[in-house]
Amino acid sequence: MSEQYLRETPFHDRIAAVASAQSWERWQGHITAVTLGGMDREYFAIRNSASVYDVSPLIKYRITGADAARFVDRLITRDVARCAIGQAYYTPWCDDDGKVIEDGTLFRLGKADFLLNAALHNLHWLRDTAYGFDVTIEDVSAEIAGLSVQGPLAQTVLIAMGIGGLERLAHMRLAETRLDDRPMRVSRTGFTGDLGYELWIRPGDASWLWDRLMAAGALYNVLPIGSAALNHARIEAGFILVNVDFISATYALRPSQKRSPYELGLGWAVNLKKDGYFIGKRALLAERKAATPRRALVGLEIDGRKPAVDAFIYAGKREVGRTTSAIWSPTLKKNIAIASIAGDQALPGTELGIEIWHPKELKIERSMVGCRVVHRPFYDPPRKKA
Amino acid sequence: MSGETHYDAIIVGGGHNGLVCAAYLGTAGLKVLVLEAAAQLGGAAVTREFHPGYRASAVAHLLHLLHPRVIADLKLTQHGLAFAATDLPTTALLPDGDRLTLAADPAASRTALARFSPHDAEALPAFTERFNRLAAALGRFLLKTPPQISAAQWQDRRTLLEFALSLRRLGRRDMRELTRIIGMNAADLLDDNFESDALKGVFALDSVLGGFLGPKSPNSVFNLLYRAAGNVAGRQNGLIQPKGGMGAVTAALASAASAAGVELRTGAPVEWIRIADGRAVGVVLESGREISARHILSSADPRRTFLTLVGPEHLDTGFVRHVRGIHMNGCAAKIHLALDGLPEAWQADPEMTAGRLVVAPSIDFMERAFDDAKYGRVSEAPALEVTVPSLHDSALAPAGGHVLSIVAQFAPYQLRETVAEAARDQIAARVLAALGTVAPDLPDRVRAQEVLTPQDLERQFRLTGGHWHHGEMSLDQVFLLRPVGGFQQYRTPIDGLYLCGAGAHPGGGVSGAPGANAAREVLKDHKLPRAA
Ligand SMILES: Cc1cc2nc3c(=O)[nH]c(=O)nc-3n(C[C@H](O)[C@H](O)[C@H](O)COP(=O)(O)OP(=O)(O)OC[C@H]3O[C@@H](n4cnc5c(N)ncnc54)[C@H](O)[C@@H]3O)c2cc1C
Repeated sequence: MSEQYLRETPFHDRIAAVASAQSWERWQGHITAVTLGGMDREYFAIRNSASVYDVSPLIKYRITGADAARFVDRLITRDVARCAIGQAYYTPWCDDDGKVIEDGTLFRLGKADFLLNAALHNLHWLRDTAYGFDVTIEDVSAEIAGLSVQGPLAQTVLIAMGIGGLERLAHMRLAETRLDDRPMRVSRTGFTGDLGYELWIRPGDASWLWDRLMAAGALYNVLPIGSAALNHARIEAGFILVNVDFISATYALRPSQKRSPYELGLGWAVNLKKDGYFIGKRALLAERKAATPRRALVGLEIDGRKPAVDAFIYAGKREVGRTTSAIWSPTLKKNIAIASIAGDQALPGTELGIEIWHPKELKIERSMVGCRVVHRPFYDPPRKKA
Repeated sequence: MSGETHYDAIIVGGGHNGLVCAAYLGTAGLKVLVLEAAAQLGGAAVTREFHPGYRASAVAHLLHLLHPRVIADLKLTQHGLAFAATDLPTTALLPDGDRLTLAADPAASRTALARFSPHDAEALPAFTERFNRLAAALGRFLLKTPPQISAAQWQDRRTLLEFALSLRRLGRRDMRELTRIIGMNAADLLDDNFESDALKGVFALDSVLGGFLGPKSPNSVFNLLYRAAGNVAGRQNGLIQPKGGMGAVTAALASAASAAGVELRTGAPVEWIRIADGRAVGVVLESGREISARHILSSADPRRTFLTLVGPEHLDTGFVRHVRGIHMNGCAAKIHLALDGLPEAWQADPEMTAGRLVVAPSIDFMERAFDDAKYGRVSEAPALEVTVPSLHDSALAPAGGHVLSIVAQFAPYQLRETVAEAARDQIAARVLAALGTVAPDLPDRVRAQEVLTPQDLERQFRLTGGHWHHGEMSLDQVFLLRPVGGFQQYRTPIDGLYLCGAGAHPGGGVSGAPGANAAREVLKDHKLPRAA
């Protein structure tokens, strides 16, 4: 069994004890759950009560040193000067050609102290980007364990658990706190588009945190979840996933498959006016000068109920794109997808056709249905930011 | 603080390429300022005194690449360029006191070589003829801007087409031969064609001069081709002793530039290049003075230009990665000896002594010399290229005295265990010892010496890594890939900033080609409407 070669996360013992489904996958060298006891229950916990998801395998880089802020500003497309201490920033970072290497969340811990959360390994790129800058970049992934608590009752559960000050913690902000005399960082962040928090602790405190959370959450139907339910929620929230909805510029073999932030709908996260140069700026300026982006990553609402997985999209007879993530959304009662399409078809409201192949009792059937471009996120409850 | 004058172009570095570029731009009517850090113009092409009364070409000493079109366009002859001697013969000095002289006259070479190998004597003329033909095909691109591969511009397509045609024009056999040998190592090529160690040693030296490679390393044939691509004074691959040393080439260029209205300033080191809104707009001198211009050109090597003068904060990660990765581990040391007289055997043969003398008795000798360098050591037995410029130019030494100008390979810039000071002593001692083996009475005649290791060359001439070519001439660093892929057209990622030195196509040596090519590209952009 290949799993035995994978590392266990600090929460593994606790998760394995309740993972009756025994459905595992690998995530960054760790063994993690696809689902623990049934993906539907887990999905509805995210949307109706509170879910708990182990995010320990995320890669985390600590960036410190006199030039830390200047360096981060050089790395990312957003303006670090506007990121306050205690703020979290969702941001892409690009290569020389202004193509997205990855998107992730940046925590500003201090004036010259940052934590970059990434899905892929970036140390080589970060170190090379830091050439000539007085910064230290360390991979601290193994030093920080994380649990994501997401859902309408997330705040209630965490307050019941004894974490103070949450009422005042705004969306995309962090707080350093202690519980039972153990240090804990709380960020109001997540990948579900719902009200939610991420708790960051020392790996040695993992079992303690798990037990405290489960005890406090018993009354509130707090449910540990796997990646399958989370993936449904993240598609509803319109969050994109590297190497699923776009290929990282580092991994794309064909230049035509690389995407700029503009081509991913992340233009809002590019600040061409900030002080100083940032990686890819020249290319992005040139791209801005040209007319519409070549490609766009859009939301689609699709007729019918068949999830449009890997489906081709047509404008009349012209093939204009492909879905990258697709589900039937139980909350919205809609068939939705994230799709990469030609830039000239990206206007919300554009009506397109989509060709869906779906299995039916050992047969593959094809259906050609209508779909339309809509704004992402598909699902954005006010409580997320309230 | 802004300068009282605004220039069309500022050229950082008054080496020969900076001057060539300036002269072309000045002639085209641009207002040009050259800023040279050193007290003297010329960069690595200078003549200077190293001991009272003794002068030598301080770095480059033999002219073989200076492009005839540059000489003609800039009317360098009118500006005083003269050759003390052309078509210098090359003589291999062998350990047993024997010699092999390869002269410009094929018949003479043939006779000389026949003593070593009748086979080689017969094979050499045909080999040389063909090799020069192949090199000349490449030589047609010395004064051309390398095309972009995604050739959207018709000019680029034309150059690509010309490149293909030029190879095609060679004929099928030559074309096949060129593609066969271009990436080869010289040792294999020489072993395939010749049997005499003495002859192969001479070629082996030429195949590595200026580089961090041995005759058994790939790219050594390419180095030979690059050398042979030159064609000065109507002779391909000929060697020339300029009258007055290399400094005289610089003097002619400076005169041409001045005549074209170029302003030349020495003792003016540029500390950094000012970038505003992604565009190079001026330079800041070490003195703190700031001068602005529409175009900024740098003849400093690419590493220095991008990492020091521009700074990585203005550049993309991948680009900086490529620039940091440019191989430029200089390996040639320069030694100047003041003699109170020539060795007896040399006096007896003035024709030979007036030529180029080399100590490189075999391929294996060269390769062993490189083996040391490979592991960061000075060669135990270095190979030498020696000239006696004072024979052509009595002004270079007091009466009766002579100057020896010596290039020694290998003294690597990147040393492992040896400290720089020790390396200088080692190279001095080993060069003298090597000379002693071929001219026993020479060491006693030395009155003074100057030893310039690559570290010294870096310090005194601002040659990063002490590198001859501002970056190794290997297939991964030439033509489309010089200085780095995507930026082979003299333009840089920074608008308004250009490269015009040896780090750009076609490369190093006193050729003037990078300077001339850069000027042509700047003039194209100068005609465009100004960016808002
Ligand atoms: C040991 C040795 C022997 C050689 N022998 C020969 C030979 O025999 N024949 C031959 O053809 N070639 C020879 N070469 C190669 C040749 O000398 C060079 O390739 C050539 O001179 C390079 O010319 P350039 O103008 O491009 O650069 P350089 O001559 O290096 O000129 C660059 C100039 O820029 C100046 N500069 C740099 N930074 C700044 C700054 N910040 N501000 C102001 N000025 C600055 C430098 O001072 C320098 O004057 C030799 C090289 C070496 C090292």
